[in-house]
Amino acid sequence: MKLALKIWRQNNASSPGKMVDYTVDNIEPDMSFLEMLDILNDELIVKGEDTVAFDHDCREGICGMCSLFINGEAHGPDRLVTTCQLHMRKFKDGDTIYIEPFRAKAFPVIKDLVVDRSSFDRIQQSGGFISVNTSGNTIDANTIPIPKHDADKAFDAATCIGCGACVATCKNSSAMLFVSAKVSQFSLLPQGKVEAKERVLNMVNQMDAEGFGNCTNTGACEVECPKGISLENIARMNREYLKSSLI
Amino acid sequence: MSNSPILKSSIAKKIAMALSGLFLVTFLSIHFFINLTSVFNEDLFNTLAHFMGNNPLIQFAMQPVLILGVLFHFIMGFVLDFKNRASRPIGYAKYNGAANASWSSRNMIISGIVVLSFLGLHFYDFWIPEMVYKYVEVKPIASERYFHELVAKFNSPIRTSIYCFSFFFLFLHLWHGFNSSFQSVGMNNKYSKTLHKVGYAFAVIVPFGFIFIALFHHFNH
Ligand code: HEM
Ligand code: SF4
Ligand code: FES
Repeated sequence: MKLALKIWRQNNASSPGKMVDYTVDNIEPDMSFLEMLDILNDELIVKGEDTVAFDHDCREGICGMCSLFINGEAHGPDRLVTTCQLHMRKFKDGDTIYIEPFRAKAFPVIKDLVVDRSSFDRIQQSGGFISVNTSGNTIDANTIPIPKHDADKAFDAATCIGCGACVATCKNSSAMLFVSAKVSQFSLLPQGKVEAKERVLNMVNQMDAEGFGNCTNTGACEVECPKGISLENIARMNREYLKSSLI
Repeated sequence: MSNSPILKSSIAKKIAMALSGLFLVTFLSIHFFINLTSVFNEDLFNTLAHFMGNNPLIQFAMQPVLILGVLFHFIMGFVLDFKNRASRPIGYAKYNGAANASWSSRNMIISGIVVLSFLGLHFYDFWIPEMVYKYVEVKPIASERYFHELVAKFNSPIRTSIYCFSFFFLFLHLWHGFNSSFQSVGMNNKYSKTLHKVGYAFAVIVPFGFIFIALFHHFNH
């Protein structure tokens, strides 16, 4: 396959940046999207040009590091996959592909396609945990009976990899899907219920302070989320927030 | 209200938006049922319109609340829209919004602005003349005048078209908005599926019902 690429290039956080055209040839349908970018970068190295910076780590859909807004969609046109799991067979010979960084005020660009998602870390630090006393007499979590239904819902929420696709795709740059998944994964379980009230209040506070937008329930996040995190979590978070701020 | 800390957070605003929207939905239902009677029973319509226009509780308690509700809803709508746009200072060169969300959900501000402009016209057509009639010129109570006032307005093909056009945008607004408000207030349980069907049915029946009423009076008199 021969492809025309339009890639966002930006030297550093404070430089303006622009879309730059490239072409790549001999792309196999079985390659992953990131391998296609590796090939482009190899060619740029040979030419002595600056390579395109992009985030990646596990390359198997579990770490949440790879990002990219491809042809107008977070993680590209496929569903329930991250960019590292996106294959070139989703594209046709001669296609033009737009490749942009995840965009949000709370995700500033560091270089080219790499953005700073530490706002997510700060939200996590504000309450996305349970306090455990590890003095030696901790009770084994498996001794506490948990209804299967709750355990399943908590596990589903816990599959969120914190990639930020929900923010990138949302027309409002809202982080509600991410935050609601993190709130739900704890609040559904007995260990998490203890701090549920402070957790939801603190995490929502931090989310607002980071400058994310407001959810208007378009549902785009749920469609683009590589882990299929459900909007149900947002309803649960709203409910818990309301309860926690009134009582 | 807006000074209480709870209204500062994004979720509180979202819930307030939903509650004001739901409040407007109840108002809209009442308005719709009264207007519907004009199609088959002139006297019943006159009686109901007269009641709504002269009952002190409705005039001096419900009406101000309604006006505040509308003001709150659209001002908050603009505030949120402004904030949401500011949350992405540099936009995408290519953004495929249609790939993952409906037009109506992505353009609530546009359907809202059309409905707001319509409300302006609607106030000019009915509400202001009614206020002048009752409180400025203080003309005698004439409980049978309402039907004729209504029919007279729908004579004009231009006004009738503008009304129908606006009701279509009301449909778009409610198609997303009504169900969205359940999600905003945190409703997600075994009744949600049924409730969503009711929400979609309402979003279709009420605006298209209004279109029917407008066309009925345009073509029948
Ligand atoms: C009779 C008139 C109206 C009714 C019945 C109505 C109803 C609703 C409902 C039920 C919602 C959903 C709230 C939610 O998502 O939780 C909504 C949202 C919204 N409305 Fe209205 N509305 C009306 C007029 C207006 C007007 C005049 C504007 C003016 C701009 C407006 C702007 C908005 C906006 C921007 C939203 C989206 C906010 C969000 O989803 O969070 N609406 N409306
Ligand atoms: S909710 Fe989905 S899209 Fe958002 S951060 Fe988690 S895994 Fe990524
Ligand atoms: S690189 Fe780890 S999820 Fe894509």
